[in-house]
Amino acid sequence: MARVAFTANLERHLACPVQSAPGDCVRAVLDNVFATHPRLRSYLLDDQGRVRRHVSIYVNADHIADRDRLSDPVNDDDEVFVFQALSGG
Amino acid sequence: MNDRLLIGTRKGLFDIRRTRGTWTIAATRFLGDPISMLLTDPRDGTCYAAQALGHFGVKLQRSRDDGETWQEIPAPAFPKDTPDGSSVSYIFCLETGGAEQPGWIWCGTIPGALFLSRDHGETWSLNEPLWNVPERKEWMGGGFDQAGVASICVDPRNAGHITVGVSTGGVWITDDGGKSWRASVDGMYAEYAPPQLRHAPQMQDVHRLVQCPSAPDTMWAQHHNGVFRSTDGARSWQDVTTIRPAKFGFAVVAHPSDPDTAWFVPGVKDECRVPVDASLVVARTRDGARSFDVLTNGLPQSHAYDLIYRHALAIDDSGTHLAMGSTTGHLWISQNAGDSWTQVAGYLPPVACVRFC
Repeated sequence: MARVAFTANLERHLACPVQSAPGDCVRAVLDNVFATHPRLRSYLLDDQGRVRRHVSIYVNADHIADRDRLSDPVNDDDEVFVFQALSGG
Repeated sequence: MNDRLLIGTRKGLFDIRRTRGTWTIAATRFLGDPISMLLTDPRDGTCYAAQALGHFGVKLQRSRDDGETWQEIPAPAFPKDTPDGSSVSYIFCLETGGAEQPGWIWCGTIPGALFLSRDHGETWSLNEPLWNVPERKEWMGGGFDQAGVASICVDPRNAGHITVGVSTGGVWITDDGGKSWRASVDGMYAEYAPPQLRHAPQMQDVHRLVQCPSAPDTMWAQHHNGVFRSTDGARSWQDVTTIRPAKFGFAVVAHPSDPDTAWFVPGVKDECRVPVDASLVVARTRDGARSFDVLTNGLPQSHAYDLIYRHALAIDDSGTHLAMGSTTGHLWISQNAGDSWTQVAGYLPPVACVRFC
């Protein structure tokens, strides 16, 4: 399972501890996170399920390429890191 | 006479209360978070606060204990696979449904859409008939990148009769609770539009639309290029040319019981959005726009660059208390219908909305 970590800034709004989640792509991993943390979805994704404009998601050191469908692949030993972009504050 | 104000700002919510005749900031909530709109439902006391989080999107908070504690509830959202991929970016207005519709809340958003909750905000549905009017494709941003539903007027006589103002997209009316809509901009004009489109609904930038609660056929619109008044329920509009010192502005409030009385806060014009001569004034008519008083007592009269956004001027149920918050963080209250003003706060974040409750 991938390790999923979130910017500490999200903790101002809701609990989002570091966790492990299965999935072979970013969408699948996050869907599994949302299954147990449903409020988190609207903080990261817009109404159409795209990554919000001022949210950034990395797999290890790589910024994800597909912000609409979140199809970037994820392996079991990867870390998915979600943080707020420096734009948009 | 209301003794409480809620102020939504770029950096939080401020709860202002009057005790022993003095208005003070009694509480601060959501410090650091932009608050775009507030509503206190007079039918049950529930408070709603809309957030526009810079990174994490639109959120909606609800309080059932007079603002002491807040609970996040679902925010309006477009259905998945909405054809043009829309996503709510801003809650622009919140209004209650009719007296006989407990829990009904109407919400106007950017992009320009209308949502309805029938259960105190637990669930929301897009008003598809308005979203699907062909003219919506030609609505434009007015101060924001996309068009927004900035005003919702629910007729106190008939809650199925609703008039909304779109910035930029005109005035729209439903007589059947939102099942069908028609544009109603007869008499309005857009100086900035191509000549052939001067009177087209989609060109009318209705910054703010308000209704006299006890005479709902009287409506006032602060439009991008002027002020308009209707006395026939928005079926036709008269150009108000008497307003001083300028006809540009964002905010307007209507007296709760006198259809001839309304207040505006003029600015120079669209390409120079500051008070005329750097002197902040409120323009008040008490004779149905035949004339205006220019009210200055207590307001800064030199080097004042405060702008009052469209939802940042408020009037209480009595029609004697007014409050306004500015883009530079000032808050003024009048306890005599605008004749004089007292500065209550001077270092707030930029103010988006002010509401008595």
